[in-house]
Amino acid sequence: MYLILLGIGLSGFWLLLSGFWSNSLLLFLGLASTLFSLYISWRIRRQYRLYSDWSLILRFPAYLHWLLIEVFKANIAVVKNIWFPRHYPISPTVKRLPMSQKSKLGKTIYANSITLTPGTVSFDIKDDGVLVHAIVEEAIVELMDGEMNQRVSKLEQRK
Amino acid sequence: MVADLLTWIFLLAGSVLGITGAWGLMTFPDFYARVHAVSIADTLCAACFILGLVFQAGWSLVTIKLLIVLTLLWITSPTSSHALVRAAYRAGLRAMTHGNKQSSEVQS
Repeated sequence: MYLILLGIGLSGFWLLLSGFWSNSLLLFLGLASTLFSLYISWRIRRQYRLYSDWSLILRFPAYLHWLLIEVFKANIAVVKNIWFPRHYPISPTVKRLPMSQKSKLGKTIYANSITLTPGTVSFDIKDDGVLVHAIVEEAIVELMDGEMNQRVSKLEQRK
Repeated sequence: MVADLLTWIFLLAGSVLGITGAWGLMTFPDFYARVHAVSIADTLCAACFILGLVFQAGWSLVTIKLLIVLTLLWITSPTSSHALVRAAYRAGLRAMTHGNKQSSEVQS
């Protein structure tokens, strides 16, 4: 089931990127590369199983929308820190935050979201805690409120 | 005409953000803070450039490819900055923190 879905996805991706729909040689080469990618991903999956719940993809756009707005706001905040250091002084802080995600993928999404947002960087993950460096203290306080954490947990939960 | 105008606005905004990131890279006090400055250039600056180019490309395959490039950038740039920061942390570089200007112990 997983391989079939991935095969359809990869073929569509290839067709979209190449834009050649009629040249049979190119179509054959596309098919060959799709099969090769399928073989590689099958091998990886046998060794390192990341996640198996595909309904996450359906819930992802809502989270992405929220994340984009957060990234935009954080960008503005850091730009202010750079241009007006007098009015918006930096106060670097390091803190270990708890993560409530169960799966590897959930933890990865959470840590990557933290790093993607300017002003906060995740730099170490142990068990269920993530070590975060923030450029202003308020960013850490905001993360400790846990809205992002809860949203990612909700994202990975099977309904 | 409108598309050209939007392209101008987005490219200029992206340039300003890029310069801001570079300025932050020069002025921030320590390594970890500088990473934050660069992450502006990684996220909103890149997004502005790509969006500006999308308005030039119109509705075509190029637009989809540009958006895929943006997605890829937004996935890989946190990964690389995480790797950078983690390498510095593992090598023993201590972060300068608020209230303790010299160097403070990072709890582990």
